[in-house]
This record gives sequence, structure tokens and C-alpha cells, in this order.
Amino acid sequence: MMKPRVLQLFAAGVNCDRELSFAFEQAGASLEQIHIRELMRKPERIRECDLFSVPGGFTYGDDLGAGTILGTEIECFLGEELRAHHDRGGAVFGVCNGFQALVKCGLLPGLEGIRASLTWNQTHRFECRWVRLRVEAGLAGVLPEGSLLPAAAAHAEGRLVLGSPAEDLARLEQEGLIAFRYADAAGDTTAAFPACPNGSDGSIAGLVSASGRVIGLMPHPERNLGPGTLPDRGAGAWGDGSEGLAFFRGMLAPYLEGSPA
Amino acid sequence: MSKGAWRVELELSSERSDPVGDAAKAALEHRGLKLESPVRSARAYLLPGELSRQQVEEASARLFADPVTETARILAPDQVPEQGGSMVVIRRLTGVADPEGQSASRALRLLGVELGPDQSVESYRTFRVDGPVDTAALVEASSRALANPVIETVEPGTAAQVLHPAPAARPSERVEVPLLDADEDRLAEVSAAMSLALSVEEMKAIQGHYREAGREPTDVELETLAQTWSEHCKHKTLTGPVKLTVRDEAGAVLAEREYQNLLKQTVFEATQRLSPDWCWSVFEDNAGVVAMTEDIGIAIKVETHNHPSALDPYGGAGTGIGGVIRDILGTGLGARPFAGTDVFCVGTSDMSGEEIPPGTMHPDRILDGVIAGVRDYGNRMGIPTVSGTVIRHPGYVANPLVYAGCVGEIPRDCVEKAARPGDAIVSIGGRTGRDGIHGATFSSEALHEESETVDAAAVQIGDPITEKKVLDVMMVARDRRLYSATTDCGAGGFSSAVGEMGEDCGAEVELSTAPLKYPGLSYWEIWISEAQERMVFSVPPESLDEFLELCGDYEVEATVLGNFTDTGRLVLRWHGEVVGDMPMDFLHGGVPQPLRQAELVERALPETAWPADADPGALLLEALAHPSVASKEWVVRQYDHEVQGGTVVKPYQGPGGRGPGDGTVVKPRLELDAGVAIGCGIAPRIAELDAWAGAACAIDEAVRNVVAAGGNPHRVALLDNFCWGDCRKPDRFGTMVAAAEACRDMALAYGAPFVSGKDSLNNEYRVGGEERPIPPTLLCTAIAPMADTARATTTPLKRAGDLLVLVGRTCAGAGGASVASDLLDLGDSQPPRPEPEHAPAVFDAVHQCIEDGLAAACHDLCEGGLAVAAAEMVFGSDGLGARLDAAKVPAEAGAPLLGRLYAETPTRFLLEVPPDHLADLEACFRTLPWAVVGEVLGRPELEWLEQGDPVARLAADDLARANGAR
Repeated sequence: MMKPRVLQLFAAGVNCDRELSFAFEQAGASLEQIHIRELMRKPERIRECDLFSVPGGFTYGDDLGAGTILGTEIECFLGEELRAHHDRGGAVFGVCNGFQALVKCGLLPGLEGIRASLTWNQTHRFECRWVRLRVEAGLAGVLPEGSLLPAAAAHAEGRLVLGSPAEDLARLEQEGLIAFRYADAAGDTTAAFPACPNGSDGSIAGLVSASGRVIGLMPHPERNLGPGTLPDRGAGAWGDGSEGLAFFRGMLAPYLEGSPA
Repeated sequence: MSKGAWRVELELSSERSDPVGDAAKAALEHRGLKLESPVRSARAYLLPGELSRQQVEEASARLFADPVTETARILAPDQVPEQGGSMVVIRRLTGVADPEGQSASRALRLLGVELGPDQSVESYRTFRVDGPVDTAALVEASSRALANPVIETVEPGTAAQVLHPAPAARPSERVEVPLLDADEDRLAEVSAAMSLALSVEEMKAIQGHYREAGREPTDVELETLAQTWSEHCKHKTLTGPVKLTVRDEAGAVLAEREYQNLLKQTVFEATQRLSPDWCWSVFEDNAGVVAMTEDIGIAIKVETHNHPSALDPYGGAGTGIGGVIRDILGTGLGARPFAGTDVFCVGTSDMSGEEIPPGTMHPDRILDGVIAGVRDYGNRMGIPTVSGTVIRHPGYVANPLVYAGCVGEIPRDCVEKAARPGDAIVSIGGRTGRDGIHGATFSSEALHEESETVDAAAVQIGDPITEKKVLDVMMVARDRRLYSATTDCGAGGFSSAVGEMGEDCGAEVELSTAPLKYPGLSYWEIWISEAQERMVFSVPPESLDEFLELCGDYEVEATVLGNFTDTGRLVLRWHGEVVGDMPMDFLHGGVPQPLRQAELVERALPETAWPADADPGALLLEALAHPSVASKEWVVRQYDHEVQGGTVVKPYQGPGGRGPGDGTVVKPRLELDAGVAIGCGIAPRIAELDAWAGAACAIDEAVRNVVAAGGNPHRVALLDNFCWGDCRKPDRFGTMVAAAEACRDMALAYGAPFVSGKDSLNNEYRVGGEERPIPPTLLCTAIAPMADTARATTTPLKRAGDLLVLVGRTCAGAGGASVASDLLDLGDSQPPRPEPEHAPAVFDAVHQCIEDGLAAACHDLCEGGLAVAAAEMVFGSDGLGARLDAAKVPAEAGAPLLGRLYAETPTRFLLEVPPDHLADLEACFRTLPWAVVGEVLGRPELEWLEQGDPVARLAADDLARANGAR
């Protein structure tokens, strides 16, 4: 049986590639990792995959701002192929630094007239802590709306900021481009630290394109692949450790053999 | 003459808050500069003046400025900003590494802007007072509050900025140093003038060698000897002969002991006598290697980076982390790092004024700097920093200690390595610059008032992404077996790396081939530079092309420096001419070893006199806030301690993530159940009273940590890191000998071999004729494999109705150096001592209990004793509490209440046990000292009884708040 094919980008400073590969493979994908130098020479390699994955890390040391240089590289060298990939029905996924790069290169939120960026957390420091992500309407095709996905936030520049917060939020909401919001233990959306570790506009933790096929978020669902690594080790306050894999399965579902493409 | 440069300065838009600016304002005001207006910070870039305005504006918009939050201030070369007088520009000194500037140069290329060979981009910072201010006063205060003068300059915003020209070239022809006819004074002069840090005896040994050879040594030969023979590389003190005299306080001799080689006859000897088959490599490589599974080994190493961190805490700590990661990469054919540890010892927060010697930063600033350094290096490397602690003690005010550790996984068939004659010597990674010249010899000397100004070259800034690329390419090259040996460039740079790899065969190096950060380095500078992020490989000729090509694919610079030979000599060339030619055996075996004297005073200390009238509840709140106990969660949350996805038992535990753990448990391979438990112990306050007890308690604590988390006590491997004062002084050396003896005694008793170690001596500070050593400080790190990490335990309470079981006897009379005795001002009294004859049975029983699933929670008793441990288990839980009766604590008859609660006797654990497991537990603990001391409550409070009578009741949130936990 053909497995969904994931092509995963590697670059200097990518460092969450092992756990992300493991998550995709556990969820049923066959995965190949490719160095950006090679992909810049052969961008047509993107045509060989169903989902293009950009892992977390500190590409180029976060110099000039997290994801800026990688985003510029993606835009300059891979932009055309990625757009064609997306138009063919392919998916793009970015987590943490990968999400930062997708936002910096304009793939997310990908809505004309909206300026968005990821900048320093309100605490102005790196925050490593578990958070709960509430699934918003935009991601309802992947996970049940309103359900909670526990994930490990680990970032310094994860605060989503919008050019005109009030108007832009309304548009993102209207177009269904919000994928995840930070939530408290009761499952209610919150902007309060530490449940929301960065002070994002609208408590947004992740975005999705209008097509539903470009998905990005700051916290790491790939660190939630079982009860063993949850903060309470599966006692129940942080789910049962199945939610992370469900998310990856949901993203891959359209590419399983027999799925309506 | 350099041309003016473009300035692109990026401030957050005025309506946005600026935490960096706010912090700068607070720091400036702390330095006495009163400010009416806010301070705004900017990150900034200098670009070559040759670029056009259009190019600069495009770069600013597309690369530099955040599109939502920032506003760019673009200044043409020699243009002065409008508010320049109320602004400072902080730039790095010439030659200080600037990885971000290099990234910016690279990013410009993406926009089609090619920079010439002598053009670069430099990153810098500015601070602007948004209102009137006296320029000179601002510059003066900024120099001290915002910048580090060791690596940075501060100028007013009005000053014209030019890009740094390349550093000056040194003349580089073969230089001989006349030594053959020198007298002792002259030898000492030469050693001092060249910063060799060699003693007169050592210089005489060198003189004798060259008299035999019939020629004068060259400069690079002397530099090589100085590096190789440095205390930092050779550990002369610990491996030399010593005579210890033990006296009582009146001066009467109690005992005398002599060692030909202190380390070999204590720490190594214990390992040799134990020599278990699960130790795959001990004390011979860059790290020790023990088995995790049958075919995967664990490499572990802990280093210190103390002196550089005193001068530049951020750069020093970062390069310390970078260095120990390279130790793991340089173990066998390379281990893959998967966990980091760090321990810092700094002065106390409340120190001020004259307590802080000239040329020294405030302890809080040092601590913030080292935390940021570890954070920024470790996080960028993608290695979770999972274990560590912070010790606050006035004795570290001028000599902060920065211990950085790294753990890696290595396939069993990659543990052995050997460079072969004919293999190419290949250097990969960072380029060589003038940074870190004489780092090895510098770290072997004491700090002094002028260290701040004269040793700037010893300070470096790390470039973690260069090291990450080295790691990435190495793992591929290793798995293709493209090289036969590798080691890192640490202290001594190429001289040590090539010297060590070629020790058994020989090596020939052409120094002019080394890639340089800037031209003009002399050959000896290239040879001993400690520029970061470099590894050396021996690559067989048939693999060389593939190796070099692979490095190219990963954007890692790789250069052939020479080749290994079978001559037994180290030959150095500079553009073909031989500038150094030395036999390996003299280099590695020629250092003279004089007999050193060590003196130890055994103090007769009274039993701890616990007061009867102190309120145990109020004392608990104070103990939780004591610097030794206070939550370090604010530090841990800045480290990505979960990257790689294998952190099973986290440093802070429970549903709210605020319960402090003991050991941490990490799985290096997500597809396997196996993992390792990691812990550490350190007890300088106890060591001040009794050096043996301090070292033994540190070891017991490290073992306790891993056992509490679920590690197997029969598979514990230990690491020693000694940080001491100047051991040329007999009193300093005496405590060191006692600590080394404790290592031997404990390792043998616990069956836990030491597998690696490191020492840092000369942690002394000379000021005004007074010499101040640090407290004797042994850091012991422990690691134990776990077959199934799902069995690991954590500290927070789990279920109301469970029982609380204390195992291990409390020795209330030995409460010296405890947190409570400090808070109650009880003075010096008997410190705790482990009982090596009884402890292993306790570890075994606790481990059995965890393996059999009898314990729902387990916490070892440490600083603050039983009282603090119980409190931590309560506020780490999800709304549970505990009631304990102090009278049930197994202790000597008549032990006072406070002693039972607050003594810090080692080898004790508090376990949570469901009532239906009690019978199984009894079978496990049998004749050990143990008791059911309480129960878990369904409400969040801690209640203490004494024989049934309540003596204290505290709410969990109050306990957490006192501890500083969120």
C-alpha cells in the first residue's frame, strides 16, 4: 500500500527533525528529509510528495529574526514549486521555526492585505512549557472543533502580531484561517500567561490557509506522542497522549490510498 | 582607511512596549543615572558604505525590519541621527565574533547583493533615551550597566561609525627563543613574557631537552609545550605525587598519607577495582562511555568554563556548552548529544559595595549572563538542558563556577578509534582567528584585578549554528565510516587536538593551509588558537574526496591541514619551512612532577543544637525561600528541555509543572523503551566544614537523584568535577586530597565507578594582597540506564489516602551546614555524612520498590530535609495535601523536632505508597530504618504533627509562593 509521502526540509539550525519524522512515520507516512541546498538545486523534488514539512529549530541561528532567512530562501527558491504543489492539492506543514518561516514568507495566513508576523513573547524570553491548544473552526477538517491538543511550547518569538489587530482578527475568523488558540485547563480560550505563553493577538497559536492545506503552529504536537512525555505522565490533566498522533493522522488522511483526493 | 557605513537601526514602533528598553532604563538608574523619559532599544546593522540607498532600503524592508512591529531608522554613512546625543551605540570590539553579522552578509546575497572580500555586515545595539539627557553621563552609565567592556565599546549616537578593519598582522617568520644559556630568572621571564604559565622547573626540563637536541626551541614549540603541559590539559596537580598531613585543630599530626599519582590511586583505582563490563570506555577518551542497551552506549562528560565566564558570563557559558558538546562529538567516532546539564555557583543576591571586588560583576548579572549563554547555545543546538542547579554562596563572588555537561548516544562499534599513518588531518567547522589565544594557560592561572582588561583575547562568543552543522555532517560521515578518528579542538586548539590524535604515531602539519577568519595570524597563533566550533578528523586517503564533498553539502568548511605519520614526531611547517619538530614522547611525557605538600585540619565540631522554641511552620516558609531551595523553574523554562521529544521525567513535574524533581529521565531513541536517569550532587557548604563529608554527600545526592527517578543503583556511573582554590597551597590541596579519597571510598562502597572527570584549580582571586579561594566544590554527576522509562517516578503526590513512607535514618545531631541551621544562625556544627556501609541497601530497596510499581511518588531528601521534601511533593500535585507526624521519623532517641524535620542526612527518601502495597513494601524494606510517617490528603495543605498534636498547617499555594514557584 502506498503511504502518504512527506518531504521534510532540513537546513542549518533545524533541530526538531527527529521527533517530527517519528510523528509522521507513526501516523503512517513515508518520510524523506532533504537539505535545502539540494532542494534549491532541484526544487522539482517537491512534486514527489503529498505533504511538505518544515520542522522546528533555529535556522541560521534566528539571526535577523526567527524564520526570516529561511522564509526568504523558501520564497526565493522554492516559492513557485510550493505554490504549484499546493494548487495540485498538496499540503504544507510548519511547526515552531517552520511556522515562523511560513509566516515570514507569506504562505500563512496568505490573505491579501493582512500583515502578520511572529515576534518576541510578551515575557521577552524563551518559554518552554506545556500548553493546551483549542482546535478552531479552520482546522475542523483535521481534528474536532473545540477539542484540545496538548503540546509543548518552546519558543522565544512565538507571539503572533497583526498589522491591524481588530480588523485582521475579524477577517481571519471570518475566512476560517485560525487553526489553534491557546486554552486553559477548562478548555476556554485565554490570553493569560502562562496558558498563553507569548501574548499572541487573539490568543492564536496556529494558522491555516483558506484551502485548509497549509497549516502552521508554534507549539510542538510532535512532542505529544504518548502518555510518557506528558507533564503528568498520563494522569488525565493533559489528555491521554493520543491527541498528537490524531493531529498528524488527520493531516495525512486526505493522502491515504482510497481517500478522495 | 575604512569608509563610513550605513546604519540600519530597528526600534519597536512607539506604541509597542519595549522590555529591553525598560530593563536598560532600570539598569541605568541603578547606576545612578536619573531618567525622566523611557529608553528605547534597537537592534542594528552596519552595512558597507558602497551600497546604494535602494539596496539598503530593500535589505531593511525584506530582511531586517519586522513588518508589523518595527520601524527602521536608516542613516547614510556619516549621517548623524537627530537624537544622537541622547543615544548610545554599543558595538563589539575588533576581532570579537559576530555570527549574526555573518548571517546578515549571507542573507544579502539572497537579494542579489554580493559583498566584496573586505566588506561585511556587523550587528550592534543602540539605546535611545526618549527625552533630554546628558550625553557623557549616558555613555558612562551605559558602559557599566549595558555593555561588557571586555568585548564591547560604547559611543554616543553622534559618533561616526566605520566597519572594523581586519586586525593587524603579526610578523610570521621562524623565530627561535634563546633558552640554552638562560639562568632561572631568565627562564621565568620568558615564561611570563610569552604567557606560557610554565614553572621554572618545567622551563628547566624544556631547557634540558633542547640542550640535548643541541638547538634553541622555536616559539611554536614552546607554545605547544605550554599548552600540552598546562594544568588545564595535563592536570599536573591531581596526577602528581602528593604528601598529605592530617592534623587536629591544635596542630598535632593525626595521620600522614602519600600518593604517587593522586587521581590514579583514588578515583581511577576505584573504577579499576570495580571494572564492570558495562563500562565501555573510562578516562581515556573525551567522555566516559557506558552501556545503555547491548548495542547503544551513553557518552557523558561535564566540563567547567569558569574563568571565561567571570569575564563575559554570556560568552563564557555559551562556549562552555559548545566545548562540552564537542567533547561528546569527539568521543569514539562521535556520539550524538541528546541531553545537557548545567550547574552554576555564584555569589549571593544581597552582596553589594565592597563585598564585590573591583573588576567583578554583581552575582545576579553573572547569573543572568550564564543562564542566557546556556539558553542561547543549548537551545540552538537542539539539545535539551534537563538537569542542573544553582548554588549561591559569597565565596563565588569573584570566581563564579559554570559546569556544563552533555550526554550522547553512540553505537557500540563506534567507541574505538585510532588515527593511522597516512590518514589526512582534516579540520572542519569554524575558522581560526586570534580568539582564545592562551585560553588553556589562562584558565590555569588565578584571576586578578586586571583580568578584566588584559585577557579579552581569552573571551569568545559562540556560534552554535556552525557547531550544529558540524554535528549534522559528522553523524552522516560517521555512519558511512569516512574517518578513522576524531577529536575536538578544545583548550590548546589544533596543538592539543593533533597532538593527542597523533600521540601514538606522529603528525605533520602545514599551518598555512588553515582557513582564517582574517589574514595576518602568525603560525603559532594558528596552532594554539582556541577558536570555537572546530573538530579534527583523521581521514583515510580513499575516503577523503567523499568526506570533503559531504562537508560541502552541509555548508561546513573542511580543510586538509597535513597528515598523520609513523615517525613519532610532531612536525610543523609554515609555507614549507619547518618551524617546529618535536618528539611526541617528550611532549606528552616530559613534564616534571614535583612532590607537593597537602595539609588537612580535622575539626572537632559539636552536635547541632536545634532550638526548641522555633516555629516549624514559619521556618518551612523561610526554608522554601532560601536560595538553596527556592524554585529554579524560572531558569529551566528558558531552556528547551523537551527538544528531541524524549524528556520523560522533566526537571519540574506534575500537572502544573511546578514540583521540583530529583533526577530527570530522557529517552535518546523515541522508538525504544530504554533511557537514562541523570542526576547531580554538590555540597560546598558541607565541604567547608569537612571536605570528605562534602564530597561524599555530593556523591550520595547524585546517586539518590537517579535512584529516586527510577535508575538502577547497580548501574550508576559517576563523573567528578573538582573546582578548587590554588592547590599549590597545602591547605587548599589538603581538602582536595580528602575529596578524592571520598570519591574512592564512595565509589567502592556504592559499586558506582567514576567514568570521566575534570578539574579546575586556581579558582582564587587576588585583591589588595589578600587571596581568596572558592569553597571546595565537587560536582558529582550520576547517570544510570533504565530498561523501561515508563517505570520512572516523579515527586508530586498522586492520590488521597496513600501512605507516606520515609526510608533511611535521620541523624538530627548532624545538622551542620543545613538550610535550617543557616536560617536559625546555629553556627558551625557536625555536618551530615553518608554511611557507605548502610546506604547501598537503602538504594536497592527503593529501586526494588519502584521497579515493582509500589511507589506512586518518590522524592529524595536534600536541602531543607524532610520538611521541604514533603512541601514540594504537596505543591507539585494536583490539589492534594499531606499530614505527617514528626515523631514517627526514624531517628536517634530524643532527637528534637526541628532536627527530625530539617536535618539533611543523606540516603533518605520519602515515598508515596498506596495502602494495599504496604505488605509488599514491608517485604522490600525489612530491617532497614523506615516508617509510615503520614498520609496523602484530598485537600491542598500540609499538616505537621508531633505525636498526634498539630505543630504546623500550611496551604499548598502558600508553600508554592514561598518557594517562588508559579
